[in-house]
Amino acid sequence: MTDANATRPRTRRDAQFDKIRDREAALAGTRQRTGRFMSKFLNNRLAVMGFVIFAVICLMSLFAPLIAQHDPMSPNLRAIAKPPSAEHWFGTDKTGRDVFARVLYGGRISILVGLGSALLSAIIGVIIGVYSGYVGGWLDWIAMRISEIFMSFPQIILVLLLVAILGQSLLNLIVIFTLTGWGGIYRMARARMLSIREEEYVQALRSFGLGPARIAYKHMLPNALGPIMVNITLSTAAFILQEAGLSFLGLGVPLSIPTWGNILNAAQDLRVLEQNWWIWLPVGATISLFVLSVNFIGDGLRDATDPSQQG
Amino acid sequence: MQPNDPILKLRDVQVHFPVKTGVFKRVTGHVRAVDGVDLDVRRGEVLGLVGESGCGKTTLGKAILQLVRATQGTVTYSGEDGETELTSLDDAGLFRFRKRLQIVFQDPHSSLNPAFTIFGSLEDPLRHYGVKTREERRKIVGDLLEAVNMRRESMDRYPHEFSGGQRQRIGIARALSIEPELIVCDEAVSALDVSIQAQVLQLLMALKREKNLTYVFITHDLSVTEYLCDRIAVMYLGKIVELCDAEDLYANTLHPYSEALLSAIPVADLDKKSRRIVLQGDVPSPVNPPSGCPFHPRCRYAVDRCKTEVPELRRFKSAKGEHMAACHLIDQPLAE
Repeated sequence: MTDANATRPRTRRDAQFDKIRDREAALAGTRQRTGRFMSKFLNNRLAVMGFVIFAVICLMSLFAPLIAQHDPMSPNLRAIAKPPSAEHWFGTDKTGRDVFARVLYGGRISILVGLGSALLSAIIGVIIGVYSGYVGGWLDWIAMRISEIFMSFPQIILVLLLVAILGQSLLNLIVIFTLTGWGGIYRMARARMLSIREEEYVQALRSFGLGPARIAYKHMLPNALGPIMVNITLSTAAFILQEAGLSFLGLGVPLSIPTWGNILNAAQDLRVLEQNWWIWLPVGATISLFVLSVNFIGDGLRDATDPSQQG
Repeated sequence: MQPNDPILKLRDVQVHFPVKTGVFKRVTGHVRAVDGVDLDVRRGEVLGLVGESGCGKTTLGKAILQLVRATQGTVTYSGEDGETELTSLDDAGLFRFRKRLQIVFQDPHSSLNPAFTIFGSLEDPLRHYGVKTREERRKIVGDLLEAVNMRRESMDRYPHEFSGGQRQRIGIARALSIEPELIVCDEAVSALDVSIQAQVLQLLMALKREKNLTYVFITHDLSVTEYLCDRIAVMYLGKIVELCDAEDLYANTLHPYSEALLSAIPVADLDKKSRRIVLQGDVPSPVNPPSGCPFHPRCRYAVDRCKTEVPELRRFKSAKGEHMAACHLIDQPLAE
């Protein structure tokens, strides 16, 4: 045994096996769900990388006032559309505002809108979908019809309505995205529940007389979580881009407030697109990086919650 | 309470599922999965429920547990506190009786929740029935696993780490966890290979002796029932066609359908020529059952009377007490 190991060069697999052995020795007998979940997540390199990028972008946006030396709102007429320099890391835009500061401050709003509405709509969709999918009957019928009404209603008209009544604001955007977005996750959760409902372990739980809420949320939901996680990450990305679109139309966040969408809209101008790459490239890259990192995290979470995959 | 008193009485139990067709989901017919079953399950016995696929065995099992509600008829449970009609209770009222009746499922792959460890799956029912502390629950689950010949430590593993036979034993442990009096084994060994089958069957019998259980054993495997059961009920198209002592069924078969079923058991003896009766055609649709005796289109003895008149389950003389069969062509029923 030892001879064979000595003559053969150690490979990455050996290191992995050693790690697994160590972990099994350390955890023997005391395997706990949270520990297993964490170790599986941490073993997934893409997910960890995604989490690091995600955390960096979030923290930088959160502490924007400490990092950025310029005010994102005040124009500097002596430095209009200047390329990146030591003074302005990402250059300045057409009214002389510091692009770096604007990207940082913009992240605050965009992340809040994107992630906030995605999570909110997921919570609503899951709460309704999991229960009505399991119980079925008239409750399911009503929930289904309501979701159809919300999904068939044109989003832009809802936006116009709310803006007309309440004026432009961040909260309106989140409310609208949540109202129009929960249907998708609701349907997905419901469809998963319909198939899980027939599994025999659910029948067994029923034969013990456990209540429907307990069976649905505690025992069935973990098995439906995978696709829901992926859906949350995808809709985060979609909401960030939608926010950009609505802001451009003047229906989202007021143009004066920096958001990733508002900054990116400068690229609608062909001259900016051709000559001032620093105005749109950094923010475009940031959006892509952020969306990508959220996707990686979602994938990692999905794998970590899948019990049939070893960590 | 005598050991032979009925623990369950089924009277004219029917389970009909509506068939809905078209855009407006009009009810155009009913699947008569269980169509008028009268049956007593005696305390401490193993009652076999046999029949081919789709004859309503599983539905009847679920109707006993009230997992499927009977559309007509009654299921009565009798225990220390007298008789209770389970079919008339709502979920809250049933709660007390859930503890007495349990089920072991057919498919070991879907009978355990893949997202939870074994302990996670088994602890929730215990908590539901008032085992408060985690230590107590761990002790009970560990004891249960040992009772089904598994290691205590298995409770912290996930279902996918076990083989089919092990999962089936875990399923049995789960059914035992709240100390039921009656367990419905729904094809409990059909999905296992033969050597594992024997192991699980022996375990079931040992547990029965130890804990004084009553089994309703649903299967399509007649060699299993021969080994296991005290009495056997043969089902065909939602009805019981023959009900008798296990030995009696093999020694003195009355109903033509049972005869055909028994002739299909393979015999491991080259010299013995078995007379195989091959039934023609499929089981008729339970949506639209044949008139008269449900078996008449496939019965080789059928006469005109069978096509019009539904045979009653009648009582016949036998060495082992009673022998019931539903066929017009058998002579000499006992007077009621």
